[in-house]
Amino acid sequence: MLGWELPPHNSGGLGVACLNMAHALSRQHVDIDFVVPYESDNEEYDFMNVLSATHLDPIYRYGGGSYASLQLEEKVIPTKEDDHFISIRDVQHSYCEFVNKYLMDFKPAAVHAHDWLTYEAAILAKKNYGIPFVAHVHATEYDRAGMHNGNPLIHEIEYEGLMMADEIIAVSEATKRIIHEKYHIPLSKITVIYNSLDESYYTKKYQYNNDAYNYVSSLKRDGWTIVSTVGRFTIQKGLSFLMDAAAMVIQKNPKVLFVFAGDGEERNDLIALAARLGIAKNVIFTGFVRGRKLRDIYTISDIFVMSSISEPFGLTALEAAHHGDALILTKQSGVSEVIWSALKYDFWDERKLADEILAIANSPALQDTLTSNVKKEYNKISWDKVAKKCLNVYNKTIKHKRN
Amino acid sequence: MRAICLYLHMHQPIRYREYSIFDVSNKSDYFKDKYDGRQSNERIFRKVTEKSYRPMLALLEHNIKLLPDFRFSLSITGTWLEQAEKWAPELIEQIARMVKTGQVEIVGETYYHSLAFFYNREEFDAQVKLHADSIKRLFGVTPVTFRNTELAYNDELAKWADEHGYKAILAEGWDKVLGWRSPNYVYRPTDTKNIKLLLKNYRLSDDIAFRFSNRSWKEWPLTVPKYQRWIDDDCLRGPLINLFMDFETFGEHQWEDTGIFAFMNEFISSWLSEYDNKFVTTSEAADLTVPVDEISMPQTVTWADTERDLSAWLSNAMQETAMKEIYALRERVLASKNDKLISEWRYMTTSDHPYSMCTKYWNDGDVHAYFSAYASPYESFMYYMNVLRDIEYRLNTTKK
Repeated sequence: MLGWELPPHNSGGLGVACLNMAHALSRQHVDIDFVVPYESDNEEYDFMNVLSATHLDPIYRYGGGSYASLQLEEKVIPTKEDDHFISIRDVQHSYCEFVNKYLMDFKPAAVHAHDWLTYEAAILAKKNYGIPFVAHVHATEYDRAGMHNGNPLIHEIEYEGLMMADEIIAVSEATKRIIHEKYHIPLSKITVIYNSLDESYYTKKYQYNNDAYNYVSSLKRDGWTIVSTVGRFTIQKGLSFLMDAAAMVIQKNPKVLFVFAGDGEERNDLIALAARLGIAKNVIFTGFVRGRKLRDIYTISDIFVMSSISEPFGLTALEAAHHGDALILTKQSGVSEVIWSALKYDFWDERKLADEILAIANSPALQDTLTSNVKKEYNKISWDKVAKKCLNVYNKTIKHKRN
Repeated sequence: MRAICLYLHMHQPIRYREYSIFDVSNKSDYFKDKYDGRQSNERIFRKVTEKSYRPMLALLEHNIKLLPDFRFSLSITGTWLEQAEKWAPELIEQIARMVKTGQVEIVGETYYHSLAFFYNREEFDAQVKLHADSIKRLFGVTPVTFRNTELAYNDELAKWADEHGYKAILAEGWDKVLGWRSPNYVYRPTDTKNIKLLLKNYRLSDDIAFRFSNRSWKEWPLTVPKYQRWIDDDCLRGPLINLFMDFETFGEHQWEDTGIFAFMNEFISSWLSEYDNKFVTTSEAADLTVPVDEISMPQTVTWADTERDLSAWLSNAMQETAMKEIYALRERVLASKNDKLISEWRYMTTSDHPYSMCTKYWNDGDVHAYFSAYASPYESFMYYMNVLRDIEYRLNTTKK
């Protein structure tokens, strides 16, 4: 399995999904060597081997980046012989070299590669050693660029990888559609496998801690309804539509509080928009949150809104449901394809979103039915089922090879 | 002697549109979706008219004229009649012509296809009377047999119908109640004096209503000789075969290209071609034999789903809330003496509405989802409650 990160060195959902998937596959008796582009003592798992492709510290897995000063580079970043900048392309290059060397000694039944960062190494495995290549698409450059074109180099790598792959796994029908329409890959090569909820949510002990959001709790006791959203504040997330809807809601029901958890380049615009709409008092910005603080937000909320214009899957919705939130999802999110017990809307339809928030805020019956039914649903989607579906895909590629 | 009692149920609800909270107190056009909208009553009625009502009524009338021994019974809701008067009045004339021959009987029920019997007995009485008045006005007859919405039946309903002078009442022939007994006889409901109980033969009814076009059914395709052989076999259990189903089975649930119309046309004459076979209306069926036994159904039994109970209408908090809130408005609505407001409030009592809020099977995306006019049970509830809010607003403002 070729990946770019594993917890705790993960910047988002990709690492969590890879870990859960690998763990579930190991329960299906699959032997896994998982390659990461950095070296760290933290990733020790008894169900798979984690291999380091470089000696880099985990923070450099996306390259030195433009933030690193020249001085820092000289001191900290191990440079190559020609002494040039370490970029993500260099990391990818070393990653490929490592995989190539590794394959001289070991011949896995299949290579399972997660997103564009690892596709080049997987192509190499296929070209040089004839090993079947399964590409797993968690997001495409179109998603990351808010349905605009984005970085042409990344497109090129994605395109080549998707063309070369024997089989492709997409995290939703929406993603499958993008792979077909934008990269011209035949639909028969793409299998949709939805993600499941992080297993640590079931296993790790968690108790709500009131200290963090005492003020919000006090509002709740006074009969307020808490609406939250979590994510990066980028254009892809459609948050300005949510803010407009919030204004419509508050005009009808002033006892609704909106919690925007996260950070990103749209933050200042959103703060200004709330002020312009005259609802700043009803809107809270928490900044970036993770771990326990994030779970506290889910717990204290009544309603979770996923307002994304495009969202390959949207794991945060399942996390919120797990903590008892009623869900409102855009029809453009992958998660809305699998979850039925939710209210849905088109990302641009602010009035409908406002309608839905008000309906839940005004009706305990609606809230109770939504929250209790959604639990029955996501419990049915397990990582073990994901693993079984992955196995089916592997078997298909092995059959291709025989033919 | 062997008899088939064919009974068809005709109904269309008056659907509320996606009525926003921002419309409440501003406009009260709940029942008027745009023509091509999802809840467009006119579009749906016209569609079903072309697919089902028109061809099936023509088929039935053809057989009525051709075969003096052909008979059937119909129940027609008030909400169907209101929409037909607007968009297909010739259908009403056609039914009236058939009723005049004496070969077609109209069965009584609630005007609004509601579950009022279980919520408010006065409202139930009022809706049954409204229905009878309508039937009298349009067809010149008064129903002497009765069916409750969705065939929802219990001992109390039987008592009510007995006291109100009905000759017969219809119910599901559900095995759990019947045990070893056969639905092919006439029964007497517990604690009643004169009324007879007619029980649906659900296997033979559902062969047509549900399984007819199912290609994975091992008996597909169903032919007339095969079906008639099954009836012959079933008649060994008793002489009366009660085939009860939705009128829309023909053309709407089973499309024309499944061969449903040709099947029915052939079946009617084929059945009558045999000596001693006949068709009976519901009131004739009641007189066919003396009651062979007494039957008690203390719990409500319906003709829906595998559970045969009211859970499709009443199993979650949304459905309970919607029904509680609608009936709670009754006294104030009637006191307003505003006819428009009263009938609009009554449109909201139609059982299709709580049915569309059912989440029992929603996750599997089955028949409930397929037949729903709303994107989800949750949306249906949301718009329903907004309508009630506006009705309440109108009550508060007209008082002054």
